[in-house]
Amino acid sequence: MRRRYVRNTARDRRAEQRARELLYATAGPEALDTYERFGLLAVENRQYGYLIYPHRPLVAYDAATGELLSEYCVRFRDGSDPEAGERLPDADDVLAKWMALRADEHELIRTANIHPLGRQLDPAMVRRDLEAVRQWRR
Amino acid sequence: MKLLRMTPGKGDVLLAEGDPAVAEDEERLVREFRRQLDLGMWAAVPHEGPGGRREATMVRDFSEVPAGAEQVIFFPQAAGG
Repeated sequence: MRRRYVRNTARDRRAEQRARELLYATAGPEALDTYERFGLLAVENRQYGYLIYPHRPLVAYDAATGELLSEYCVRFRDGSDPEAGERLPDADDVLAKWMALRADEHELIRTANIHPLGRQLDPAMVRRDLEAVRQWRR
Repeated sequence: MKLLRMTPGKGDVLLAEGDPAVAEDEERLVREFRRQLDLGMWAAVPHEGPGGRREATMVRDFSEVPAGAEQVIFFPQAAGG
């Protein structure tokens, strides 16, 4: 019989906790703190910045002005265990995006589907998130 | 060195562990590394960059893993969403 996704809150909570530990060990304490406070990661290179939401698009912005630019939709699906579903824990999803951006921003952006702002995420919410993260970092 | 893989429902799982300087361990690590790439995984090596900034490097062959790396993290290839 074909196995199907079975919702299991306790299993998913344990997986998320484990993923947060990997996020801490890999991206550092500030990244975990940002994720736990705001539910996202923020990465800035010289020209562009990205807000990384779990299982939602990356949102690019101008690092100098904070102007929001585009949504970049990428997915990391794993079908190896149908009962667990295809989605990584939220903290693993943001860490996968973080590593891919850090390692090869252009490759990840080439892979993504590009959409105008507002396709999946409310631009007003994203602006508030960006402002909150920037203020907190100051 | 540890080879870890992100998985749905579990978080990261340990795939293999060993000292690449020991021939037997290296063979096991290389075999598992190739198996994960054949399964369609990407491989990233976390490390510290200038000023202690956290960085990651993608690797496509075990020979590209920097000497002294403690972990390689496998995760599914990105696809457009």
